[in-house]
Formats: sequence, C-alpha cells, structure tokens
Amino acid sequence: MYNKGKIIIGLVIFVVFFTSPFLYGLVKTSPPPEPELSPKAKEAKVCVENTEFMKESHMQLLNNWRDEAVRNGKRLYVATDGKEYVVSLQNTCLGCHNNASKFCDQCHNYAGVTPYCWECHIEPKEKE
Amino acid sequence: MERSRRRFLKILGISTLGIGTISSVDLLAMVGKGEEPAYTPEPDALVGKRWALVVDVKKLDEETTQKAIEACNRAHNIPHFEDEEEIKWIWTDEYEHVFPGQEATYLPEEIEKKPFLLLCNHCANPPCVRVCPTQATWQRADGIVMMDQHRCIGCRYCMAGCPFGARSFNWKDAMNTYWKEHEPPNPTYPVRGKGVVEKCTLCAERLAEGKIPACVEAVQDSKAIVFGDLEDPNSEVRQLLREHFAIRRKPELGTSPNVYYIV
Amino acid sequence: MLETALKGSKKYWLLLLVLVVLHGIGASAFLYQLKKGLTVTGMSRDVSWGIYIAQFTFLVGVAASAVMVVLPYYLHNVKEFGKITILGEFLAVAAVSMCLMFILVDLGKPMRMLNVILHPTPNSVLFWDMIVLNGYLFLNIVIGWVVLSAERKEIPPPKWIKPFIYVSIPWAVSIHTVTAFLYAGLPGRHFWLTAIMAARFLASAFAAGPALLILLCLIVRKVSKFDPGKEAIQKVSKIVLYAMIVSIFFVVLELFTAFYSQIPWHMQGFVYNFVGLHGKSNLVPWSWAFAIMAVIATLMLLVPAIRHNEKTLAVACALVFISLWIEKGVTLVITGFIPNPFETITQYVPTVPELAITVGVWATGFLVLTILYKVAVSVKEEIGA
Repeated sequence: MYNKGKIIIGLVIFVVFFTSPFLYGLVKTSPPPEPELSPKAKEAKVCVENTEFMKESHMQLLNNWRDEAVRNGKRLYVATDGKEYVVSLQNTCLGCHNNASKFCDQCHNYAGVTPYCWECHIEPKEKE
Repeated sequence: MERSRRRFLKILGISTLGIGTISSVDLLAMVGKGEEPAYTPEPDALVGKRWALVVDVKKLDEETTQKAIEACNRAHNIPHFEDEEEIKWIWTDEYEHVFPGQEATYLPEEIEKKPFLLLCNHCANPPCVRVCPTQATWQRADGIVMMDQHRCIGCRYCMAGCPFGARSFNWKDAMNTYWKEHEPPNPTYPVRGKGVVEKCTLCAERLAEGKIPACVEAVQDSKAIVFGDLEDPNSEVRQLLREHFAIRRKPELGTSPNVYYIV
Repeated sequence: MLETALKGSKKYWLLLLVLVVLHGIGASAFLYQLKKGLTVTGMSRDVSWGIYIAQFTFLVGVAASAVMVVLPYYLHNVKEFGKITILGEFLAVAAVSMCLMFILVDLGKPMRMLNVILHPTPNSVLFWDMIVLNGYLFLNIVIGWVVLSAERKEIPPPKWIKPFIYVSIPWAVSIHTVTAFLYAGLPGRHFWLTAIMAARFLASAFAAGPALLILLCLIVRKVSKFDPGKEAIQKVSKIVLYAMIVSIFFVVLELFTAFYSQIPWHMQGFVYNFVGLHGKSNLVPWSWAFAIMAVIATLMLLVPAIRHNEKTLAVACALVFISLWIEKGVTLVITGFIPNPFETITQYVPTVPELAITVGVWATGFLVLTILYKVAVSVKEEIGA
C-alpha cells in the first residue's frame, strides 16, 4: 500500500473527529431534566392521550393537529378515550401547560432541538 | 487495487443511499402511526360554498374603515410597520389605485376621495394558488384562499402572481423585534415569524367557531361590509348584488374576485 | 481526474484564494441575512424580487447556451467545436450551480426548501423549474465527466452516453423556456406578460453565454498550453452575432406593440426603464447602457475585420455580455414590479449585504468553473490536444 502511514493517521483523525460528540458524551454525562407540570396540568392528571404516547409522539401528534386544523379545517380532536379537544397548540396545549419554559424548553434544550413552533406561537405569560 | 477501491466506494455509496431510503420510510410509517383518533370541524362552524364580501362604499367613512382595519389588526396580531416592509391584511386606498384602468376622468368628488377598503379578493380562480410550489397557499372548498405559514418556503412567487397586492412578506423578524416591544393584542392567535408570506384568510379561525369575519363584525351596525355565501341565492350578499350595481377589482384578468364594491 | 485540480501554478492558487475569500464574505453576509431576515435586502412589499432572482434568470441563460456548441458538434458534426464542448458543458455546470444558489439565498425559509419535493405541485412553474435545472445540472456533470475521462484515455466515449447528450440538447432549451414561463404567465404583471418572453430569453442567452465562452477560451489559451482553436472561436462569434441581432429585434417587437397600441400597461415598464415614470428613474442609466452597448457590440460583430481580430472580438464579446447582463440581471425582473398593482411606484436599490451575497454566489460559481476548467485543460494538455 502506498503512503500507509499517512493514510492510517488520517483515518484515525477522521474517526476521532467524527465520533468526538459521542466520546464527549461518554466522559461527561448530565442527567435528563424532569419536565415540571403546571398546577393546571397536574390537576387534569391526563393529557389528550396517555403520558407514554405524549412523551414519545407529541411531535407527530402536533404535526397532525397542525395539518388537520390549518389545512383541513378540522379543529376538533376526538381522542382515543372519546374526549374532545380544540386543536390548538397555543390555546389547548399551552392553555394547560402554561409554563412552557419549565415544561417544554427544558427537554428541548437538553435534546438540542429547536422546534419552530415558537417562531410564531405565543407562549402564555408565566405566572411567577 | 485501483479497481477494487472504486468498487468499494460504489458499493458504499449505494448502500448509504439504501439506508437513507429505509430510514425515511420508517419515519413515514411512524408519522402515520397513532390510534386513528378522529378530527372533525367544530359543531358551530359556518359552512358555505363560496364565501364573499360585499363592501358598500357609500356607507364607508374614515371612522368605519378604521374600525374594520383595527379589528382585523387586533384579531390577527398584525405588526405595525410604516415602511416599505409593511404587513397589511386590510387597508384603504383611493379609487384610482383600487380600480386602475377603470378611472373616469371626471369622477364625483365623493368617489374620488372616498377610502376604499382593500383586502384579499379570495378569487375563484386565484393565480397565487396556481404558482405556489408547495401548496402553502390553496383554495378551500368554501372558496377561501388559505395560507399555511408552516408550509411556506418564502419564495414570494405568490406575491408576483397576485394582481391585487394582497400579500405581505415577513421581511423583518417581528417575533423578536416588534412583539418584544408590543403585547400581541390577541393571545389566542399566533404571530408570524420571519420569511413567510401572509394575507387575509377571511378569518378562517373565526368561521370555524361560528363567528363572522372580524372586519364585518366591527362595522356590523353600519352594514358597510356584508359577509355571506354567493352560492346561496337567499343570502344577504346575493340580495345586495341583486339590488345594487357592484363592481370588482380588475375583472379583466379572469381571477374572478369574491369581494364586491357597491359604489 | 480531479487530482489535476490539485496541481497548478501560483497564479492558479492565487485565483482560487481570491474566489474563496469572496465566497467567505458572501457566506458571512448570508448568515447575517439568515439571522435578521430578508429585511437586510433592498426588497420590499412592492418589489418582492430583486437582484438574486435577476441573477438567477440571467444565469439560466448562460447555462442553456452550452447547447450552442453541443448541438453543432453532435448533430451536425462541426469538428471545430470538438475541443470546446467540454468548456461549454462545464460552464453550464457552474452557471446552474449559481442559479440554484441564487434561489436558495432568495428564500425566506431556505431550511424548508425540500418542501418543493415533499409536496410536489405540478401546477407551479417553479416546481418544473426545480426539475429542469437539477436535471440539467446532472446531465452536464455526467456528460462532461464521462466524455473527458474517455478523452484522457484516448478512447471514444462509451455508447451509453449518447442518449444523455441528445437529451441534453432540448433540455437546455427547456430550462430557459420554463424560466421565462415563471414570468410570462402572471396576470397583472404587464411588463412580463408577453408571448415572446421565452423566445427573447433564449435569443439573449445564446448571445450572452457564447460571448462569455469566447472570453473564457481566450483566457484558457493565454494561461495554458491548450488552444481551443481560432476556427472554433470564429464560429462561436457568428453565433453570438446572430443571436444578438435576434435579441435586439425581439426588443424592438416589444417596443412596437407597446407604443403603437398606446396601451398604458404595455408602455409603462419601458417608459420607466428609458425615461422614468412619475419622476422615478433609477433604472434609466442602466437601460441606456444596455441599449447603447448592445448596439455597439452588434455593429462591431458585423464588421468581419473586427470579428477576425481576437483583441477587438474580445471587446465586442465583453460588451455583449455586460449589456445582456444589465437587461436580464438588472432591469427585466425589477421592472416587472413597477408600477405596483396600485399604479404607484416603489423603487428598488440593493443593499450592501445583498450585494455581498450576490458577489459571493458569483465567486462560488467561478470557483466551480475554475476547478472544472483546470481539470479539462489539464487533460487536454496531457493528451496534447
């Protein structure tokens, strides 16, 4: 093989560079944040679907909500348990979870995601 | 050596492509998943076949027009920019600018100086919908030319396509500038981020709750703007059009506007 | 073959360095625009497309013009063009890349660009433009590379490439036709609403693109051992001449219809361009510069002695290129928005960040062009063409 040494050094640098975020994660871990429920959400006990589903798939659900409300004009969501909710991130979701910084942002920041919802949807004023 | 390396790279390329495809298929399946919950319109929603507005210009004065504009601006959190990057859903202008090409040389003064209310015409044959490359703007079954800011890529082809100047682009980042200094008047309605187009939606969000458009409601007493279904022969708009001579903006362009002006 | 781009003279590296620096300036201006929004440009509610879309429109023409050497060579066996088809194709690659970049920097939400593919919309001309431009880019990369690789091995190109070459010919016409349709089908934009828009676009493209190609050939001959050939350059210069005459003729047709009919909507755009409208006259110097340069260039090209002398030919080609750049890359797009739908006038002047981004995209395109031409020229030198 030509330039054996150079190629191997190059490969090592490449591998280290591209795995550096994972290597960093191995060394330094930070515990996941606990999303904090607002009093109103605590009282309601259950979201529009069960907690497990919401944790895992709230983004897909919101995608569907968005399309159904804006594009199909269907602004009422009949949940799996038969309860009805107005399809609205700003009014229904944030109406109950009225503490977006402690409920939404914490996890989003931790996971390094910046959902573009907040470019337009106003968060309700948080009560101190 | 030369040959096998090339082969290796080819296989690598093809398999990356393959993995990419498989994972995107997975993703699609995930989005489609869910418990098949149902979505329905709200029970009180207003239903029509071809929504239209009839503006009675004789009943419009400075005060009424301001009331209508103000109601819309508040309902839809429209930022107030006075420069060339302004955002407007409904506004006023004079006859010669509203009906260019139909100017009469010697107009009655009351018409010449009258403030005409302008807004999206919700054309039956809308060129903005025809040109949009992502269906971010489309025509609903009830005739409303709707706008989905989630979908818009900000190419502004619709602004070039609209012959009525009804569309505004968010040149500025209103969320992080204007709305940092001003309280959005309607906390139940979103604002718009930078880089998308917006325009009058004929208050689709209000119709869904059984309410008439905000501008119409604001001037309800004067009946200066009337809202209704053109396909319904008994509707108030049809009655008005039967009894009065009404004109539309630039009918020669074939877009078939659904906003009528009684002059 | 790409390795040939890694060995070059000091001047070659200096040129690359300059282009990379300009690219960097443009890229940082673009990041600024991404952060602040398109408010950093001179565009407005009334003039909602500006210099980005104008450059895009002009460069689609430059890209399409490759067909002016490819068609004679492959369909009519014009042997002189054998040496320069690769230069035409690589010019097309660079030009289409610039087109795509100009579209990208013009979008309000560039990160959502793929919505065009995710939600395909055949009734939108922009959807088709996306397809033909990307297709054309692909065709020219593949054809250029395959043919050049074969040339390097001094064997005839593989048979399977022939269909691609034949398809690329009408495809070149399609990219500029579709781009003209972006404008020519809009109700209420009177300046653009003309049936000969696509024809005008193609004619001016077939003048501006080959004019640039001649200039590039002259530069290549100066800086390398590869000679594209005097005969080839002379043949291309005749193409430039005729295309230029047709271009001017088409503009005259537009002027006749507008001013003989006296219909205000048809006249306004030209009035704004050449004398100003309602006291607004930003584009008047530009329009006259276009008209005067176009006429001088045509007259120069008409004289055989001027055409045969490569020094004067270069001047004429530069005039052709600059005048048509003004026509499509400055006046045509902007004037479409003047007057606005309310018959009032908002003028447009690009801002510094906007110009920086524009220069950055041009530099990036020329970076691509320089590297591709280096590869092509190195191969030609290697085989002693």
